[in-house]
Amino acid sequence: MTAKTRADNAKRAHTIPARVDLLLIADMVEPRSRVLDVGCGDGTLLRLLAEEKEVDARGIELSQRGVNDCVAKGLSVIQGDADTDLAGYPDKAFDYVILSQTLQATRQPRKVLEQMLRIGRHAIVSFPNFGHWRIRVQVAFGGHMPLTRNLSCAWYDTPNIHFCTIQDFIALVREIDARIERGVALDHTGVPLGFSEPWIWNLFGEQGVFRLTRKR
Amino acid sequence: MIGSFVHFVSASKASGLREVDAPNSLVVHFGADRPLQMDAGVSLSPLTIAYQTYGELNANKSNAILVCHALTGDQHVANKHPITGKAGWWHNMVGPGRPIDTNRYYVIASNVVGGCMGTTGPASLNPATGRPYGLDLPVVTIKDMVHAQAMLIDHLGIDMLFCIVGGSMGGMQVLQWVASFPERVYAAMPIATAARHSSQNIAFHEVGRQAVMADPDWRQGRYLEEGVIPTKGLAVARMAAHITYLSDEALQSKFGRKLQDRSAPTFSFDADFQIENYLRYQGTSFVDRFDANSYLYVTRACDYFDLAADYGGSLAHAFNGCKSRFCVVSFNSDWLYPTQASRAIVHALNAGGASVSFVDIETDRGHDAFLLETPEFIATSRGFLDAAARARGIAPAKSRAI
Repeated sequence: MTAKTRADNAKRAHTIPARVDLLLIADMVEPRSRVLDVGCGDGTLLRLLAEEKEVDARGIELSQRGVNDCVAKGLSVIQGDADTDLAGYPDKAFDYVILSQTLQATRQPRKVLEQMLRIGRHAIVSFPNFGHWRIRVQVAFGGHMPLTRNLSCAWYDTPNIHFCTIQDFIALVREIDARIERGVALDHTGVPLGFSEPWIWNLFGEQGVFRLTRKR
Repeated sequence: MIGSFVHFVSASKASGLREVDAPNSLVVHFGADRPLQMDAGVSLSPLTIAYQTYGELNANKSNAILVCHALTGDQHVANKHPITGKAGWWHNMVGPGRPIDTNRYYVIASNVVGGCMGTTGPASLNPATGRPYGLDLPVVTIKDMVHAQAMLIDHLGIDMLFCIVGGSMGGMQVLQWVASFPERVYAAMPIATAARHSSQNIAFHEVGRQAVMADPDWRQGRYLEEGVIPTKGLAVARMAAHITYLSDEALQSKFGRKLQDRSAPTFSFDADFQIENYLRYQGTSFVDRFDANSYLYVTRACDYFDLAADYGGSLAHAFNGCKSRFCVVSFNSDWLYPTQASRAIVHALNAGGASVSFVDIETDRGHDAFLLETPEFIATSRGFLDAAARARGIAPAKSRAI
């Protein structure tokens, strides 16, 4: 995947109107903490966190335009890549490391998640659920790769190379010896699902938002 | 022919040296009571620093920006150059309404120690001998340059600089400032620079120095007393260095294999190609404004620069507990101080917990991009400085009277 397609993806993700997941993520962050937003786009979430929660907000963003937007807002953002640039941070440098709508576009999601849990006391991840029933229906009965409002790129053109379902994600969290502290699944309108049964989330959640921490 | 080219160079007067003793700048003299303690283990006294200022210092002295110049730059950042008559080397960046807005900030720029534009350097008179220092001047380091600047900032009565900005060798000074005087730097912009000189960097500089010293007119550095100037050697040094400031793509698109005022090669060693002609011009115009020994000193200062070495080999330690806000900028086609060198700085700052922004600007213009009108770079600088100024409580630019 080229840097450009990833940047395009990040831009698209950040232009979805009223990103409910951002508000949910903000809700999972303690005031006046240290936060790193990986793939921070134009800095919308960082600014929200800086203004509403008075956090020490830092970011990593791939696109030059995104970084420039952030710097102009007075945010501390470095141009970089989730796959390569987390390694430079010391252990427990942050209270929260956030990865919003970017996990599926990383080359090594497992390593990225492990790095996040190394440099942060908590990791907060939001991602599109590939187990949503619309997607299942498209693959099962349409016989083609799914196209939805949030996943609008053709298979040959998508920056998203590592899709997972909510169930897959939960399995990965177990595998890397982390613990889910909080989790929310959002339906297609962005409203949190009332039920908290994992299979319901996996079928009806269009995206998942999880806060993780290391087991010990 | 190369012969006529050399003759032309030799014939040109090194008029730049008139700025050494009587610069068109503000100057401050430090006497025997204020020597500069140098890395070489000796002290330099007396010391003269030539500098320019733009804008006005505000009442609480919170709006001062120090601009550090690159290898062959000088203090004439935003005014007409006294020798070349050209606009200041950073007029894109510094001036009314520019990112370093002289309607808002008080901008200070000084000539480095070892330079030749009025600050004490090898062409200055050594009071102990009554002759120019030549190579009797102790070897100057980046730290020496910074300590001299700190003496100037003290003299101006400023405790904390709002920002220190510099590209290339200027960026090294920015890094050294933060390491040496962290409490005196609110914000820092190291641009197109490195925390240490690489083997390749040293190699290119050594080629330049050897070119100067191989010129018979160099006279072991005593050329001023003998009334000659090693213009040939200095011009060749500049030609070689100039290649490193440009990218392959930029050279290719600007010159390619185009011929100079002719339709076919002349089967001679004349400047058939435009690129040859261009480099010769760069060489000859340089010797008009720069001192050959000074070139030896400033290149050496860069070569000795290795910030981590002073901190147990760890660059992160150099920035430990640093409260300054950083904006690190690199240019993706810069192969002299490549993006990777800036990333190393960013990683060290992150490891030290500093507040850092980093942008790698996409351009085909190579290292020189920081001196040119590069829109993304200008926008980044403006954004960073505006935000930092808001945080520092510096009043917005005064609207000019109509």
